[in-house]
Amino acid sequence: MNLEKVVFAFTIILALTVNFGFFIGDIDNPAHHHVLELYAAIFVNAVATILKFGDRSHMGAVLLATSLVADIQLVAAAAVWGYAVHVSGVGLTPTVMASIVSLAGGALIANVISVALLATETVLLRR
Amino acid sequence: MASVVFLILRRMRGPLLLLSTVYAIATLGLTLIPGVDDEGNTWHMSFFHAFYFVSFMGTTIGFGEIPHPFTEAQRMWALVFMYITVATWIYTLGALISLLSNDTLKRALTEYRFRFQVRMIREPFFLICGYGETGSKLVRSLRNRLLQATVIDILPDRLDALMMEDDPLFIPGLAGDAGAPENLVMAGLTHPMCQCIVAITNDNAVNLHIAITAKVLNPNVRVICRADSSDVEANMASFGTDYIIDPFDNFAKNLSLATYAPHQLLLVNWFRQPRGEPLTNVTEVPHGLWIICGFGRFGKAIYRELTRLEIPARVIEPNAKTPGLPANTVIGPGTEAHTLNAANIAQAVGIIAGSNNDSNNLSIIVTARQLNPKLFVIARQTSQTNDELFAASEADIMMQPSDVIASKIRTLLTNPLVDDFLSLARARSDDWARTLTDRLRSISPEVLPRTWPVTINETDAAAVQMALAEGRSVTIGDLTRSHIDRNEKLPLIVLLYSDETGTFCMPDEDTALSPGDQLLFAGTEESHRRLKWNLMNETALHYIMTGDTLPQTLLGRWLKASAG
Repeated sequence: MNLEKVVFAFTIILALTVNFGFFIGDIDNPAHHHVLELYAAIFVNAVATILKFGDRSHMGAVLLATSLVADIQLVAAAAVWGYAVHVSGVGLTPTVMASIVSLAGGALIANVISVALLATETVLLRR
Repeated sequence: MASVVFLILRRMRGPLLLLSTVYAIATLGLTLIPGVDDEGNTWHMSFFHAFYFVSFMGTTIGFGEIPHPFTEAQRMWALVFMYITVATWIYTLGALISLLSNDTLKRALTEYRFRFQVRMIREPFFLICGYGETGSKLVRSLRNRLLQATVIDILPDRLDALMMEDDPLFIPGLAGDAGAPENLVMAGLTHPMCQCIVAITNDNAVNLHIAITAKVLNPNVRVICRADSSDVEANMASFGTDYIIDPFDNFAKNLSLATYAPHQLLLVNWFRQPRGEPLTNVTEVPHGLWIICGFGRFGKAIYRELTRLEIPARVIEPNAKTPGLPANTVIGPGTEAHTLNAANIAQAVGIIAGSNNDSNNLSIIVTARQLNPKLFVIARQTSQTNDELFAASEADIMMQPSDVIASKIRTLLTNPLVDDFLSLARARSDDWARTLTDRLRSISPEVLPRTWPVTINETDAAAVQMALAEGRSVTIGDLTRSHIDRNEKLPLIVLLYSDETGTFCMPDEDTALSPGDQLLFAGTEESHRRLKWNLMNETALHYIMTGDTLPQTLLGRWLKASAG
């Protein structure tokens, strides 16, 4: 049992679960997707990315890559949200909501890969 | 570079985590705390506005309370997080700056830069290990000839001196242990353009290690090594080190050359000096009893040579326990009159101040001259900083190990044919050498003649190459004619001719050339220029070979063809 490993696995899995929480629901219904969940997903993903910094192994590099993909997708989703609400003033129409959620869906896939890699590594390195 | 990036990322993990957490809490708080807009309605700050506010608050830019003036509760939150975010930023930037000034990282960065500079080298270069007195002399002369090199030295201070001089050529230097194979590889040992590795560090063991590393990692590279003892020399020779240079042995051999073949020595001195130096004269070394002060490596090498030539020598050595002392050694410091008298200085013809201490050597010279003013004095100089002192001492021959090594390596690197010539010349008599030195002096009475190699190929001798390809025969004698008047001979001497059958000293004038042959010329700068015409210009070559001028234009050629 290693505290660092606990924190690491916790963050990566949390990134996936929070991301999933935002993603689930009707794709174009703003009532199903709360802004706080997106916010939490961005923060947890950023933490997960920072935790993956500096690992020079091949597995570490792929894990970092998946996290970076998730970050880009989620920040893009937040940017679309902010632009629709504050800049263009269109508001959360079904079209806008659908693109926000699909961007978050992309991040979800990256997070799934990340967790899958983590699980694989754990199984392979089981001691 | 990748390793540097990863190092920074890993070390910045803590500060970055803290920074993002603080930002997250500050932003989240602002969106949760209710505010009041201009019309008195309750509103919640959006994440967009909250993040905007936190961003300019944390960086102390401070655009003000937007989009509506804050309530007291919002101000209280902002007040607390103003300090926290600013402090976190300071901590993060501080961590980054201390990381960038970290010695490990700096070394990683300089190593990366060095590796890059070496990889970018596109021309043949030499790897010099050791940038002491010898190394710096060598690098200076390489630089003056626009020859690229890379340098490794264990002392960073010495490399600072290297970095200060980057004109006319930048020479990359690495501070590190030249004995470590990875450093040698970094400095270009396995680079395809690496011609030669020169191991001239102060440490025999390191030089040996460099030589064996070079031979194992890149067998194509020539290895030139300094060695100070015969067992190290034998070890280096055992695995095929190309040139082993022992400065003391070298000097002792030259000294014995000076006693029985002074003109041979003059040739060696002339061809080893950089061009443009004034011509030197033969040094007449007297025959008789010699006194050797100091029986270290230098004294031993000289004593061995003198005994071989059956020249009487007395040794003065302060340490009675020195191994191998001859039977009639005088024990005591050579700096004192009574020891010098005990060694029979009044009858001696020469003295060799050969201890490894410059002040003692100067003192020996002064004392010995007082006792016997006619003495021939040979002084060993250890440190370059004492140049002026030794110049003022008016010693007849000055021996500076770094000079001996640097001049020998310089000819090996810049003009290896000179070395071939000198070793062939050594087999000839001194009279032969005297004739040659007289000829050289008549060609170039003031300064040392220039020596330059020519290979019969496209770049060095395009016209000759073409004439040979057309089946015409060109001899060495043809080349030495003047292209202005073919009956006039260019003021130059062909020292060496080398083809696939062997290397010949002073070849016959009617030796026919063939492609790929190498020639070594000696002459003035003027003759160097004029020889180029014969080598490169078709018309000039045609004239010196046949006596008629080739028409240069198409019309001229046509007219000549129809007339003939």
